[in-house]
Amino acid sequence: MSIATNKGAKAWRVSLVMIAMLASLPVLVIVASLLQPYSPAWRHLLDTVLADYVINSLLLMAGVGLGTFVLGVTAAWLTTMCEFPGRRFFSWALLLPMAMPAYIIAYTYTGLLDFSGPVQTALRDTFGWGYNDYYFPEIRSLAGAIGMLSLVLYPYVYLLVRVAFLEQSTAVLEASRSLGKTAFQTFIQVALPMARPAIVAGMSLALMETLADYGTVEYFGVSVFTTGIFRTWYGLGELGTAAQLAAFLLIFVFVLIVLERWSRRRLRFHDTAVNRHPARISLSGGYAAAAFLAALAIFALGFLIPAGQLAWWTISTWEDSLDVAFVILVANSFGLAGAAALSCLLVALLLGYGKRLRPAPLEVSAVRISTMGYAVPGTVIAVGVLIPFAWLDNRIDQLARDWLNISTGLLLSGTLVALIFAYVVRFLSVSVQSVESGLARIRPSLDESARSLGQSPVGVLRRIHLPILRGSLLTALLLVFVDVLKELPTTLILRPFNFNTLAVRTYELASDERLAEAAMPALAIVIIGLLPVIVMTRTIGGRN
Amino acid sequence: MPTRSPSRTRRHALGALLTIALGHTSLLQAAAELNIYSARQEALIKPLLDTYSEQTGITINLVTGKGDALLTRLKSEGRNSPADLLITTDAGRLYRAQEAGVLQPVSSEALDRDIPANLRSSEGYWYGLSVRARGIVYARDRVSPEELSTYEALAEPQWRGRICVRSSSNIYNQSLVAGMLATDGEDKTAAWMKGFVGNFARPPQGGDRDQIKAVAAGQCDIAVVNSYYLGGMIRSTDPEQTEAAVKVAIFWPNQSDRGTHVNVSGAGVTAATDNVAAAVKLIEFLASDTSQRWYGEANNEYPVREDVPASELLRSWGEFKRDQVNVTDLGRNNAQAVMAMDRANWK
Repeated sequence: MSIATNKGAKAWRVSLVMIAMLASLPVLVIVASLLQPYSPAWRHLLDTVLADYVINSLLLMAGVGLGTFVLGVTAAWLTTMCEFPGRRFFSWALLLPMAMPAYIIAYTYTGLLDFSGPVQTALRDTFGWGYNDYYFPEIRSLAGAIGMLSLVLYPYVYLLVRVAFLEQSTAVLEASRSLGKTAFQTFIQVALPMARPAIVAGMSLALMETLADYGTVEYFGVSVFTTGIFRTWYGLGELGTAAQLAAFLLIFVFVLIVLERWSRRRLRFHDTAVNRHPARISLSGGYAAAAFLAALAIFALGFLIPAGQLAWWTISTWEDSLDVAFVILVANSFGLAGAAALSCLLVALLLGYGKRLRPAPLEVSAVRISTMGYAVPGTVIAVGVLIPFAWLDNRIDQLARDWLNISTGLLLSGTLVALIFAYVVRFLSVSVQSVESGLARIRPSLDESARSLGQSPVGVLRRIHLPILRGSLLTALLLVFVDVLKELPTTLILRPFNFNTLAVRTYELASDERLAEAAMPALAIVIIGLLPVIVMTRTIGGRN
Repeated sequence: MPTRSPSRTRRHALGALLTIALGHTSLLQAAAELNIYSARQEALIKPLLDTYSEQTGITINLVTGKGDALLTRLKSEGRNSPADLLITTDAGRLYRAQEAGVLQPVSSEALDRDIPANLRSSEGYWYGLSVRARGIVYARDRVSPEELSTYEALAEPQWRGRICVRSSSNIYNQSLVAGMLATDGEDKTAAWMKGFVGNFARPPQGGDRDQIKAVAAGQCDIAVVNSYYLGGMIRSTDPEQTEAAVKVAIFWPNQSDRGTHVNVSGAGVTAATDNVAAAVKLIEFLASDTSQRWYGEANNEYPVREDVPASELLRSWGEFKRDQVNVTDLGRNNAQAVMAMDRANWK
């Protein structure tokens, strides 16, 4: 029986579809480019570089997939299933790399590890080597990009798998142990397969971020789909062909979404029964040391070293950079990220709850399509927002000129409204994921009882769901907040006059190859990004 | 009939109201105001604009971004675009803007007189404002300047495994090849690039400063870079950069034939503006004697005007002959250059 029977539910449905349509508009603008004529530039791309773009994108995804899997699952396993010195600290510290934008970690490691950086210079000075006398892995390469992206994206896997491990039934794991399996065998054969939906969900988020990344691959000179899109646009001056390339990128995204959906079908638990968490395996001696070192290595590589490098650079430059303008940058970034996070949350609630009221194909696909923006490079989203907004503004202006003989100019283009709308399109997926997985944990019978007691759908949401969902909503809010804080390309194109953010300032300095001066705004992004991560870890902490 | 359309004033008033309604911190419209879309980053243009505001009382609003993105914004905003002026960091983007119909031709006696004809659009769509030269940086201890002559000679086998250069996605490399296409033709350029790419010491990566650092560290012996990056390193507060910079020197290629490749940063008045006179005045200010000197001091670029001396540091690098090709050709040949680079496998 459908829960939706009255007028309120119908209104909800209509607004769901309308909002979903609005949110998918930029993506649809991109997809529509496939219907445009194909320029001769396609011939050239096919003959020369397109194969490179596709192969490198696939390799990058495979590498980051593997990297986030190994790092994320190891981190989750160690902090939930084992007991070793420092476990409590690492259980939240391992989330911190999330606050580190991929392009910034790329800058810092390049500064440290490239041929002229301190590490290799020290090696040469110590051993008297010259160029070509020794092997040192090249940081600016496909492998380097895989490393950088894995280090900052594994927390998605960690976050979700950790919860999955914590929620696994004691009984199953203990049964496995009592049947003679070792702890490790239990992990491989029981715990890991049971956590598969969470693993796939986390990895698909990480891979969508990977597909959308531009800053890292561009800096490292790796030819992937995103760099190809911009080369076609900027270099060949073919915006149409670039949009078509972006539309093909959406095919990758679509596969990821289907994969993620497919894995989540098995994740059908409305389990509110309290599980006693199994006793952690107490590690001692060599094992404890190994666990400690593994956790420390992940934390150091993903956070401590790059943040330390940023802090080191900042020490030498902060006196010149810290002024009123910098405070305005912080305020702008904070306000923008907050507004976007709230907007995303509201839309996600509307979509998620609307879908729960009536999970029919129309609603389900509306939600799916409207969340595709997550894997689309920010610049492409920006163009997808720019074109329809400007079109609408110009139509309104034309009508006003015709009828009232006044000009309205551009009402929305070039305002914060357009920018926040673009963020919603880009990051809606993150908040929808949190809200949906939260709602999935609430048994539908609760809704039905409340409705039979005379509550309207909105009443159910307000009185029953929102209180239960508090944790999920907070997660949704914080994840988007951090994402917007780090976001660069959309901000760059759509922002109003005289409006700068920390990410914009970091980029301008870094693109001029002034890394040391870029360190302070970069460090500020990381530090502000830490606040929500810490709040989030507290809510997580409450559960162990 | 008033000469100035009343709609703009009304539009601005409405815009200001909406701005306030939408929660911006924006003061009510002052009398005079100019809006700029700039691909030149804020630190490298705002000080000049601030000076102009102080002198004239005109408020200047600025958005910075990538050239093509700003161009797309300008294009889709159409006649209602708030921008009065577009500033870019290369001639190719100005040419593209002109082709897209978002700029309008203007005339200015001062600009036509002061800016060399090959560094501006012949119809007055845009004007070059600073000159950026792409030279060859070499390791002082391993290369003698006598070994160097032209860009073309960098394809010779003696340079195998000794050259560093950044990615072909970079506009300065695209312009270099576009200029070569204009003088040497397609076949000769393609043959040259094959040899040149074969001489790379490593796959292209990083920016121009990274190439200079790689030469200093011994990973390669020469690099093709824009000279202002070397200037930036010499004047840097970071010892790593200054130490690298003293190990290299700059060489100006093609002095016995066409001259060293140069590009310009420049500006054009948008088609959407009805503030043409004020916009032209601002370009004239950017081309004035003091502004021209400022480019050299702030970013080690050369003045576009021949009657304005370059900064002291730039003068220490010696006089050199500039390629006289019209920078419009750089824009016109850009797509062809990128395709040729793709074919030569210049990553």
